[in-house]
Amino acid sequence: MRVILYIINKEFRQIFRNKGMLPIIFILPLLQLVILSNAATYEINNISFGYVDNDHTYTSRALIDKFRASTFFDVAHVFPHQKEGNLAMLQGKVDVVLTIPEHFERDLWKDKNIDLGVTINAIDGAAAGVENVYITQIIKTFNKNLAVDMVHMSNNTVQPVIIEGIPLFWYNKTLNYKTFMVPGILVLLVTMITLFLSGMNIVREKEIGTLEQINVTPIKKHHFIIGKLFPFWVIGMGLLTIGLVLAKLIFATPILGSLALMYFYTSIYILVILGMGLFISNFTDTQQQAMFIAWFFVVIFILMSGLFTPIESMPKWAQVLTEFNPIKYFVEIMRMVMLKGSGFQDILPQLIKTSFYALVMNALAVWSYKKVS
Amino acid sequence: MKEETVIKVAGLTKAFGDFTAVNKISFHVRKGEIFGFLGANGAGKTTAMKMLIGISAPSSGSANVAGFDVYTQTENIKKSIGYMSQKFALYDDLTVKENIRFFGGIYGLSKDRISQKSNLLIEELGLEKVANSLVGSLPLGWKQKIAFSVSLLHDPKIVFLDEPTGGVDPITRRQFWEMIYKAANNGTTIFVTTHYMDEAEYCDRVSIMVDGTIEALDTPKNLKSHFGSDSMNDVFLKLARS
Repeated sequence: MRVILYIINKEFRQIFRNKGMLPIIFILPLLQLVILSNAATYEINNISFGYVDNDHTYTSRALIDKFRASTFFDVAHVFPHQKEGNLAMLQGKVDVVLTIPEHFERDLWKDKNIDLGVTINAIDGAAAGVENVYITQIIKTFNKNLAVDMVHMSNNTVQPVIIEGIPLFWYNKTLNYKTFMVPGILVLLVTMITLFLSGMNIVREKEIGTLEQINVTPIKKHHFIIGKLFPFWVIGMGLLTIGLVLAKLIFATPILGSLALMYFYTSIYILVILGMGLFISNFTDTQQQAMFIAWFFVVIFILMSGLFTPIESMPKWAQVLTEFNPIKYFVEIMRMVMLKGSGFQDILPQLIKTSFYALVMNALAVWSYKKVS
Repeated sequence: MKEETVIKVAGLTKAFGDFTAVNKISFHVRKGEIFGFLGANGAGKTTAMKMLIGISAPSSGSANVAGFDVYTQTENIKKSIGYMSQKFALYDDLTVKENIRFFGGIYGLSKDRISQKSNLLIEELGLEKVANSLVGSLPLGWKQKIAFSVSLLHDPKIVFLDEPTGGVDPITRRQFWEMIYKAANNGTTIFVTTHYMDEAEYCDRVSIMVDGTIEALDTPKNLKSHFGSDSMNDVFLKLARS
């Protein structure tokens, strides 16, 4: 036990003495939190909008005014013909081109079906989908108002019945993207720093030759590993704390659930990551190799964590793979506890899986650390 | 007085695939002896030493270090030996005192014992002024002397030194050997590999390894008369060329 304290003491001294690493450990993650949380958003704004008006009537101009009034669209271009519109799309000047056909107004009054031409730049499929929804909404509203106007004008006394759905958004009432992203980004910074630090730590001692010196001492494997990893566990918990404080201060992210529960889960989660880092360290000879492997896993884990893209929309096989992704569980827990106020019972499945993962990962790490080659 | 044997090696072999780095070596080392382990680069010195200090498992043969078996009792061996590698192995980003405390700590020395040893060591090496400086800022010769002293912290029965004086100036090398003699006089067995043939002359007995086997083992005096040379340098050249 005393031996562990000596190792912990030494590790902390080395970490805090390393003027190159210290800012990376604490400042970089916070920059990440501030920048990513603001930048990583699916809200689509400032859509560059162009139109071709072949009708030139009061109604066609009213429709275009609806787009002008929307905050999502930036009505920047008017094209005399479809050809110019297509060219501008090709040159990347516009993302959406609306084509109003000839006799638009006349046909509307005649109750004919009218086809509006909408061209969307769909290189980014997700964005195109969202743009399509915005456009459809505007045209629908326009259509409805028009219908009401027409009923009025025809002096009909019967009011048309309009049925409208009013959505209620639970857990994130204002659909604020930052509220959704901040807990996830917190996960990122806790994970990345602890994985990289633990992954590079033991391999660094291999590189400078001190590990050999350690291996000729009678030190017990588990003492050494606990002593080595404990400081990074503390740093991980520290990062969570700093992250939560910033989330509250800068983003006013709601924290509905129990802080204790969040810390309890994180304390187990970090064990998974540290075990993983140590495992990588044992199978590599240089810090570079360790870094590459750590990056490889982090990128896959992040992209398949449900942080940026919902897991439900991944193909079945990918959903199965995400079961092995610790980051997925952490993201789920953070969002559940912070935004929904979930309690111990609610997070139990994830908690059990994570604990099991931690056990397996650390057993592997201790097993693969060999004092005798 | 019956002389105690602290290292017994018989037919010790280490093979990496088809390549046999150490081929059936056998020798004994007596307590308090300075045993020189010589050989050209790649002759298998370091590999042999790694088996004796319990960080590399032998392929075959037997070896007993400080009364413990190298196959089954490596952790006991490690309690009884000190080791200083050719790659400098103190922490550059810790101070002299912190290094002493760390290594004393992981050998299980008590707090009082560590500070007592630490003071003694600093005084003996005349390091009062740099005791709180980072080891990385010290000249190589000092580092080597500190590393040697640190390997003696837990009063081991045997100290293994792997090319301890590589890249060090002649004065420092001489001081280093004075330290080795002092330790040997206190009853510590010294097992040392070296490239410097003048250092071989300082050893009680010397073994010379060529291509994984021990070609000669005797006192420097006997070796010189046997090969009809007047220096260990000649002995080495004759053996290594044949």
